[in-house]
Amino acid sequence: MQPAHSLPPPLKMRPASGLKMRTRRLLWIWSFLALPVLFYSAIRFYPTLEAFYLSLTNWDLLSDPEYIGLENYKRLFADPKFWQVFRNTFLYLIIGTPVSLILAFVIAYFLDRIRFGHTFLRALYFLPFITTASAMAWVWRWFYQPAPTGIINNFLGSLGISPIPFLSSVELALPSITFTAIWAGLGFQVIIFMAGLRAIPSTYYEAARIDGLNDWQVLRKITLPLLKPTTVFLVVFSSIGFLRIFDQVYNMSSIDPGGPLGSTKPLVLMIYQTAFSSYEMGYASAQTVVLFTILLVISLLQLWIMRERG
Amino acid sequence: MTSPPKAPTPPFASLPFARVRPGKIITWTLLFIGGVMMVTPLLFMFSTSLKTSGQIYDLRLIPADPTIQNYVTVLADGRFLKWFMNSMLIATVVTLSNLFFDSLVGYTLAKFEFRGRKLIFIAILSTLMIPTEMLVIPWYLMSANLGWLDSYWGIMFPGMMTAFGTFLMKQFFEGVPNDFLEAARIDGLNEFEIWWKIAMPLVTPALSALAIFTFLGNWTAFFWPLIVTTSPELYTLPIGLTSFAVEQSIQWEMIMTGAALATIPTLVIFLALQRYIVRGVMLAGLKG
Repeated sequence: MQPAHSLPPPLKMRPASGLKMRTRRLLWIWSFLALPVLFYSAIRFYPTLEAFYLSLTNWDLLSDPEYIGLENYKRLFADPKFWQVFRNTFLYLIIGTPVSLILAFVIAYFLDRIRFGHTFLRALYFLPFITTASAMAWVWRWFYQPAPTGIINNFLGSLGISPIPFLSSVELALPSITFTAIWAGLGFQVIIFMAGLRAIPSTYYEAARIDGLNDWQVLRKITLPLLKPTTVFLVVFSSIGFLRIFDQVYNMSSIDPGGPLGSTKPLVLMIYQTAFSSYEMGYASAQTVVLFTILLVISLLQLWIMRERG
Repeated sequence: MTSPPKAPTPPFASLPFARVRPGKIITWTLLFIGGVMMVTPLLFMFSTSLKTSGQIYDLRLIPADPTIQNYVTVLADGRFLKWFMNSMLIATVVTLSNLFFDSLVGYTLAKFEFRGRKLIFIAILSTLMIPTEMLVIPWYLMSANLGWLDSYWGIMFPGMMTAFGTFLMKQFFEGVPNDFLEAARIDGLNEFEIWWKIAMPLVTPALSALAIFTFLGNWTAFFWPLIVTTSPELYTLPIGLTSFAVEQSIQWEMIMTGAALATIPTLVIFLALQRYIVRGVMLAGLKG
C-alpha cells in the first residue's frame, strides 16, 4: 500500500459530506427555531390579530362574538368618559416625561463628575427603580394621607401649614400619582444618562478646553447635542411608560380605581375595567387598539427623529 | 500691570485627589441630600414596619421601641410565605426559560446563514411594538379555553421568551469569533454542543444582565398576574400584597410590613449584585 493513497479519500468525499453537512446544519437551525417560531406565532402574532378582530365585535364571553364593524370605535369616540381617560393618560406623560428627564439629566450630569462615594450615591438614586411598584404605591399612599396618618401632612401640620388633599382632590390626585411614578423610574434614567455621558469621546472636551469654552458652553455645544440619541431613547421609553401607567394608579386609588371621580384613570385601567369588570371584550379590545396606535406613533416618531440625524 | 506667571496646570489636576474645590463639596452635599430623599420612602417603610399601631403617628425615623411583632404576625399568617414562594418559582422558571431560548434564538440568528433568517429576526423584533395590554384579552380567552386560568403556567406562559432578550443576546453572539465555532466543529462537537459549551460561556455578562432583568421584571409584574389569578393561593407577591393592603385598610404598620417583605428580596439582590445590575442597565440601554 502506498502511503499517499490514504489521503485522497477524504478529499473525494468532501462534496458529498459538504452537502450532507449543510442539510444537517439546516436541520439543527430549524430544530433550534421550531419552538420559538411556534411561541411567537401563538403567543404574540395570533393574539395581536385576534385583538384587532375582537375590536370589531360585541362579546360578553357568554354568547358568541357578534361582528358589529366599527361600532365599538364609534361608541368609544363618542364617550366623554373616554376623552377624560385620554386626557388623563396624556397628562401623566406631559407632567412625567419632562420632569423626570430634567431631574435625571441634572443628577447624572453632576453625579458623573463625582468620584468620592460615587457608587454609594448612585445606589441611593437607583434603589427605588428595583422596588415593586405595587408595594411602593402603598408607601406613597400612606405618605399622602391626611394628618395625623400621612407623614407629609403630619410634617406640614407641625409647621403650621394647612393639610394638602393629595389623593382626595380631583386636581391633585393625578400629579401626586405621577410624582410616585417619576420617583420610581428616575434611577433608570440617571443610569442611562450617565452611560450616554461616558460614551462621549473625551477628545471633544479637550478640543473645547483648548478653545476656551466654559462649562455652560461645553454643556450646550457639546454635551447636549452629542447626548441626543440617549435623550431621544429616554423620551420615548419614559413616554411609553407613562402612557401605560397602571400599577401605581390601581394601588393608590383602590377603593375607587381611577378616582376620585375618574380624575386619575388612565387608558390601561379603563381597558382592565371594561374587560375584566364589565366583561365587554369587544369594547375593551377596541381600547387596546387605540393604545397600540398611540404607542406605535410614538415609536415611529423616534425612528424618524433618529433617521433624520444619521 | 504685571501679573505673576501662571503656574502650569499640573498634569494630575484632573485626578480626584489633586484638589477639592468648594464647588465639588456643594455638589456632593446636594447630591447626597437628593439621594437620601430618594430612599426616604424605603426608610419610612422599614421604620413603620417596626412600630406598633400606636406609634405610627410618630415622625421619628428610628422607632422608639422597635418590635418585629408585625413581621411575626404577617408571616405566621402563612399567606406571604406562599406568595413569596409563588413569585420565586415563577420568576425563576421564566428567567431560566428566557436565558435558554432567547440566547438559542439570538445565537442562531447571529451565527447561521439560512433562508428566512432576516424574516424571523424582523418578525421577532416587531413584537416589541405590541403592548402587553393588547394581548391580555386574547391570552385570557386562550387560557380560559385551555384551562390555564388560575395556574402557575397561566401566569408564566406569556413571558417564556422575549424579543428584548433575543435581540440583546444576538448582539452579543455577533461578537463571538467564528474561528472558535469552526474549531469546535472540526473537533466533532454537534451544533447544540457548540452553542452550549463554546458560545454560551463567552457571553456570560449578557446572560447575567438578561437574568437580572427578567427576574426583576417578573418579580414585580402586576398587570397579567392580576388578570389571570383568582385564588389567593396562586397570587404572586405584588398581587398578594395589594389584596392584603386592601384588607388591612388603615393598619398602616401592617401594610408597611407587607410592603417591606415584598421589597426585601429585590433589595438583597441589588446590594449583592449592584455592579452587575448597573452595568446590565447601561448595556441594555445602549444596545437596545
